[in-house]
Amino acid sequence: MNKYITYINNFKNYKYLLLLLTRSHISKKYRGSFLGILWSLLNPLFQMIVLTLIFSTLFKNHIDNFPLYMITARLIYEFFSMGTNGAMKSIVDSSSLIKKVYIPKYLITISKVLADFIIFLISLIDLLIVMLITGADFTINLIYVPLYLFLLFVFTTGISLILSTITVFFRDIEHLYGIFIMILMYFSAIFYPANIIPQRFQFVLQANPIYQFITGFRQVIYYGQPIELMNLLYCFIAGAISIVIGLVVFERNQHKFILHV
Amino acid sequence: MEELAIKLDNVTMTYRITQEKIDSFKEFFVKSLKGKIKYKEFNAVNSLSLEVKKGERLGIIGHNGAGKSTLLKLISGVMKPTSGKLTINGTISPLLELGAGFDPDLTGAKNIYLNGAILGRNKGFLEEKFKEIVDYADLGEFIDVPVKNYSSGMRARLGFAVATQIDPDILILDEILGVGDQNFRDKSTAKMKEMINSGKTVLLVSHSLDQIQELTENVVWLHNGEIREYGESSVVCKSYRDYMSSLKYMQSRTLS
Repeated sequence: MNKYITYINNFKNYKYLLLLLTRSHISKKYRGSFLGILWSLLNPLFQMIVLTLIFSTLFKNHIDNFPLYMITARLIYEFFSMGTNGAMKSIVDSSSLIKKVYIPKYLITISKVLADFIIFLISLIDLLIVMLITGADFTINLIYVPLYLFLLFVFTTGISLILSTITVFFRDIEHLYGIFIMILMYFSAIFYPANIIPQRFQFVLQANPIYQFITGFRQVIYYGQPIELMNLLYCFIAGAISIVIGLVVFERNQHKFILHV
Repeated sequence: MEELAIKLDNVTMTYRITQEKIDSFKEFFVKSLKGKIKYKEFNAVNSLSLEVKKGERLGIIGHNGAGKSTLLKLISGVMKPTSGKLTINGTISPLLELGAGFDPDLTGAKNIYLNGAILGRNKGFLEEKFKEIVDYADLGEFIDVPVKNYSSGMRARLGFAVATQIDPDILILDEILGVGDQNFRDKSTAKMKEMINSGKTVLLVSHSLDQIQELTENVVWLHNGEIREYGESSVVCKSYRDYMSSLKYMQSRTLS
């Protein structure tokens, strides 16, 4: 128990470091580019336009307001993919730092996820733009958006902690994960209607946490409906399991990092 | 009884040395199936017990590979001992390398905040100390230039300024006072003395025995991860000198 009190006290001391690290990740990402952080707005918009041009004719009769249908999912997937991909290398990349000074190592991974999360929040402006342009309804159910965002952040942080730990010991995971994340994209019903997946494969879709987050998100933004309890419960449990396993795995192994990076 | 700043109780640090570095699944599986992964165990620090009182200035000497740096890394919390117990009372400013944790793309001024935060300080504290640090580092207009354009001496000056001005209870210095120009060396030595007089605990690793004798009261002589001798600076430094010259004598005899 005492151990955890020490952890919490320690975190208070290093809050400022978390802020600085997060800020430097964000500014590094856009350093040297003329449009800077504007890219986090432009990128999803361009992607959406391209994908809309390609897919909307294909699913014309199945999905109305394809741009909004797509961008709600695309933004969530993009954050998860960017966040975990960037964070998994975080410990390995900061080897020179952790070899020389003591800092709580989870800060390195979490600051990376946090930076991507902030960029993701900025890119949500795109969502607003698309909603306005396509004349989508703004319903009261939008108040559930922050709840899903929070759960998604917790879920992504947990997965990132697990991945950054594994990466220290086995670098191959980087490449394996690249393949996995691509498969995940095709199984998240981002640019196709979920019901085109055959019945016998539906369970893959249902078991995919990212698909569940997307469903919840779409429910309140795209359909403008109240949340479904089962879906929220699923997201909550996924987030809780992920963060607990992430913290435990990371905590158990962090003292070995320095011997392997 | 005087309060202890650092207490090591039977501390051992074991490195597992693989003959080759293995960092892919394939290599690991293939080699472990063949039983080909061979580890050699090596105790960089071997059941070492040591107590450092508050306000004590302790020098650490020993030949290369004696375990000095490992010992400092254990004390500063960079590494966790394989076995044994280690207790630290107070905040530590570890200077294992000056300017560790600098972000080369940020300016000197921003790096003061970053480095201070790495050492566990908050914004308010650093804002208060900022001017002192800048004055002490004495980098002129270079304070607003990215650190990647600094010379190694300038980096060292900034690193030293941050680490000493943030007011740690325990200061760890690993062979860093040899850097910088004469002016900075005098200044850093003066600062060290000032910190020593204000009752800080200081651990100093150096190959310069003169410096050790000048700045510390007690010295630990490490030899193959164990304490070979512990005692007053002048006494231990003398026996270390005798040992080194006897080594030289032996070498010159075998050569001829």
